[in-house]
Amino acid sequence: MPIDWIWGLIGGLLIGTGGAVYLLGNGRIMGASGIIGGIVDGSGRGTLWERLVFLAGVALLPVLLMPVYREVDTHITDNMAVLVAAGLLVGVGTRIANGCTSGHGVCGMSRLSIRGFVATACYILAGGVGVVLFRHVLGVI
Amino acid sequence: MLNLFIAFLAGGLFGAGLFVSGMTDTTKVQGWLDVFGNWDPTLAFVMGGAMIPMAIAWLIRRRRVTALTGAALPPPPSREIDSKLILGSVLFGIGWGLAGLCPGPSIAALSYGGPGLYVFLAAMAAGMAVAPLLRARLDRTVPAE
Repeated sequence: MPIDWIWGLIGGLLIGTGGAVYLLGNGRIMGASGIIGGIVDGSGRGTLWERLVFLAGVALLPVLLMPVYREVDTHITDNMAVLVAAGLLVGVGTRIANGCTSGHGVCGMSRLSIRGFVATACYILAGGVGVVLFRHVLGVI
Repeated sequence: MLNLFIAFLAGGLFGAGLFVSGMTDTTKVQGWLDVFGNWDPTLAFVMGGAMIPMAIAWLIRRRRVTALTGAALPPPPSREIDSKLILGSVLFGIGWGLAGLCPGPSIAALSYGGPGLYVFLAAMAAGMAVAPLLRARLDRTVPAE
């Protein structure tokens, strides 16, 4: 599936351009968990509108692109226990670590932040072990 | 007002990128993490591609005093590797592997993720709501060096 990695690269360039615009435009690091978390726990009250408008852009562009691009299926599991456990882990984990794939991964590693590299190594390793364990050993996903 | 326009533009680019790259397809994320299965390299191209414009932006940042809106630019990154960073990232990674979703794509897929996505989002919000308590606890039990 060579077309998939080309779209991956194009999508990656778009994501990085978004991060560049957010940094040089507003002076902010584009981290999805931080932007959402600041709304949820109230710590981002002072920049609430900026956060909401950012997330509106994230959610809206796929709606606009859907007719001209391709059918997408998220293949999200219908196992409620898995979804609840995964959501809790992602929510707690990203906020304790102060970043996720966008903040620590894209924005952190591209500025050679040691925290970005350590966090990314940890979540990729844990994710890899998790998928292998849950899929091949336990068979729950 | 300018900062809201910029936030919308940045969010839009982020959402468009997540969408076209296929990162809202959980099988692509899990397929990349699953080195013992039918390995899918897409995520590496997304990450690599995203870091190119971002690295250029960090280089430009060095020559600037403020952002376009006049806002302060972020300070140099902290170098502190603490238990919160490690533990938090490990917990996040397990959840990421379990569902194939991380925070960005979970918002990008809002219009087409279906009920399963809403369950994930509600649980993620709950996790984010309790995280400050856990963070405070970790700060107390693990003394700073």
